[in-house]
Amino acid sequence: MASIPVHYVIGLAGLLFSIGLIGLMTRRNLLFMLICIEIMLNSAGLAFIGAGSVWNQSDGQVMFLFILAVAAAEVAVGLALLLLYFRQYRTLDIDRASQMRG
Amino acid sequence: MADLLWLVPALPLFGFLILAPLSRRIPRSVVSVIGPGVVFLSALTLTGIAASFISLPETSRSIHQTLWSWISIGAFTPSFGFHLDALSLVMCLVVTWVGFLIHLYSVAYMADDTAFARFFAYMNLFVCAMLILLLGDNLLMLFLGWEGVGLCSYLLIGFWYADPENGAAARKAFIVTRIGDTAMTIGVLYLFTHFQTLDIQQLLARAASTWTPGAFGAVFAASMLLGGALGKSAQLPLQTWLPDAMAGPTPVSALIHAATMVTAGVYLIARTHTIFELAPDVMVAVALIGLLTMLYSGFSAMVQYDIKRVLAYSTISQIGFMFLALGVGAFSAAIFHFMTHAIFKALLFLGAGAVILSLHHEQNIFRMGGLRRELPVTFWTFLIGGAALAGFPLITAGFYSKEMILTAVYGAPRAGMLLWIGALIAAFMTAMYVTRLILIVFFGTARGPHPHAPSWPIQVTLVVLAFFALTAGFFETPPLLGGVTFFSHFTSTALPAAHHPHLSHAADLLLLGAAVFAALAGIVAGYLVFGRREPVVDPKTSLPQWSGIERFFLGGWGFDTLYAATITRPYVFLADLNRRDILDMIYTILAAGVRGLHRMTSVLQTGQLRWYTAFVTMGAVVLLAWVVLP
Repeated sequence: MASIPVHYVIGLAGLLFSIGLIGLMTRRNLLFMLICIEIMLNSAGLAFIGAGSVWNQSDGQVMFLFILAVAAAEVAVGLALLLLYFRQYRTLDIDRASQMRG
Repeated sequence: MADLLWLVPALPLFGFLILAPLSRRIPRSVVSVIGPGVVFLSALTLTGIAASFISLPETSRSIHQTLWSWISIGAFTPSFGFHLDALSLVMCLVVTWVGFLIHLYSVAYMADDTAFARFFAYMNLFVCAMLILLLGDNLLMLFLGWEGVGLCSYLLIGFWYADPENGAAARKAFIVTRIGDTAMTIGVLYLFTHFQTLDIQQLLARAASTWTPGAFGAVFAASMLLGGALGKSAQLPLQTWLPDAMAGPTPVSALIHAATMVTAGVYLIARTHTIFELAPDVMVAVALIGLLTMLYSGFSAMVQYDIKRVLAYSTISQIGFMFLALGVGAFSAAIFHFMTHAIFKALLFLGAGAVILSLHHEQNIFRMGGLRRELPVTFWTFLIGGAALAGFPLITAGFYSKEMILTAVYGAPRAGMLLWIGALIAAFMTAMYVTRLILIVFFGTARGPHPHAPSWPIQVTLVVLAFFALTAGFFETPPLLGGVTFFSHFTSTALPAAHHPHLSHAADLLLLGAAVFAALAGIVAGYLVFGRREPVVDPKTSLPQWSGIERFFLGGWGFDTLYAATITRPYVFLADLNRRDILDMIYTILAAGVRGLHRMTSVLQTGQLRWYTAFVTMGAVVLLAWVVLP
């Protein structure tokens, strides 16, 4: 199997992370913000896999399994919050929830 | 009987404790029993104690009662105790009996007032505080009573507080006396640090054994105590509060601002006489202040048109007389004059009150006149009081007490002759303005509304006081008139005897003749100067026609203006400058800086989740750059 150069992997992971981060900062829809967080988590997972394969360590893959579990938990909490948010405001626009300004 | 000493001040306090909280609930009839009643019981108790006091042997004539230890901090252990000796007994008897008569009078005088019970509550508290002042066995107890009477004076001057002028007069009295009290506090604390005790008897014994005459400590302590006495007794230069204090109800003026409280300074000096005797220069100062005050108030009393202000200035002058006596070491003469003065001045004030009441609260003497026919009882009693104040020879008490002082002043070791002549002039002026007052108020044509006769408690009080104003002087008479020395003998157990230079028969005759002459000449001069002139009816409109000197005397020699210009106005100016609190600026700036930072950070808390994300990202980038980049 032709090995993919590691900087491709890191580059893709960085690209995905940036997409997620920019999406998180620009999107106003709470659902899309959650999706962006998922993308960022997965980009981190990809970086772990890539690093694991470079050093021939299984730790990278183990770490990715942890990230999956964390992501699943996070999605469960996040979606619950999202539902509650929608019930409260009848919208998913995150800028509506700004009462706690100083 | 002597064990009941604590009851004497406790009974009026009891009256206060009943009347003060329940003043709105109990009916007037009950108040008019409790108010004078407790003072009457107190006077009776004291008279009983006096009877057993006299039966004590002369060498140990004092009653001491310690109730409890008040404070105990190291050496500072003032007790709550009473000490009764001849000096405090005489003063207490006057305070309780004259106080009772004035309470009785007040029942009629204040009958229409809405705050009837409040009045008696304050009056009872005053009697209690005055008795604590007189009976306290240490300087702290004395000070407790001293401040207590000051408080009651304030409360009663401002009794009709709805009028802002009365409130201002009350504050003035309180603040001016407070200046003296500050000096007195310093004196008391100095004595404590020096002798480690506040018990008056121990203090005096230690002072006598430690200090030589003229020692700095004695001079300092005596000057400071004198400062307190000057404020309380309205002597120069702290006399300005007393004429204004006449804003209070007339019985208050009679009890507090004539008969009792204002003589507290005389008592203080007599009580601590040992310290004063160790400071001969201060004694001379006391005599000089007394003399100057007499002359000052003599001129002022001559032109006043408010009946109470005339009497107020005469009070200042008579206390000046007592100070003069104290200054030449004639302590028992001062106390004797205190006693007669308390009686005849209370009589004069109560008589004035009867006139004021019967003319529907008219105090301007130029709107009175011709009252001798309509108010015969008031006229005759007022005449007796006035004669006693003028020192009318032979038949009035005032003559004997003044004569006693004049004799002592004549024999004074330092500047006796000068003081004696000054005192004679002052006595002459006193007789003159008393004559003026009586002529304008009771003689001539009626210029005011038709008076109605005062009720029986007022008349009874006046008659009783008039009786004593005539007879109280016979306890002590000059050598040519029987030579009775009952009073000076009685007080000799507590006070040192005056210097009695052996005077020749001719000198005795001269002294007596001079006293008689001063009084009679004053009365004649008063008649000649004021008797023929048709008085001004409304001084307020005719004031511009008054001569400059008359207006100068009317305003009390411009002391109020002087103090306003030199003390009050600069003080108010400084206070005004400091309205923005200059010293507080440092902390204000500190607080403003903190508030600015707070505002800056709270601007960042937008509540916008996406902003937070952006900031977190920026923070992470900056931290990473810092760690990663070389």
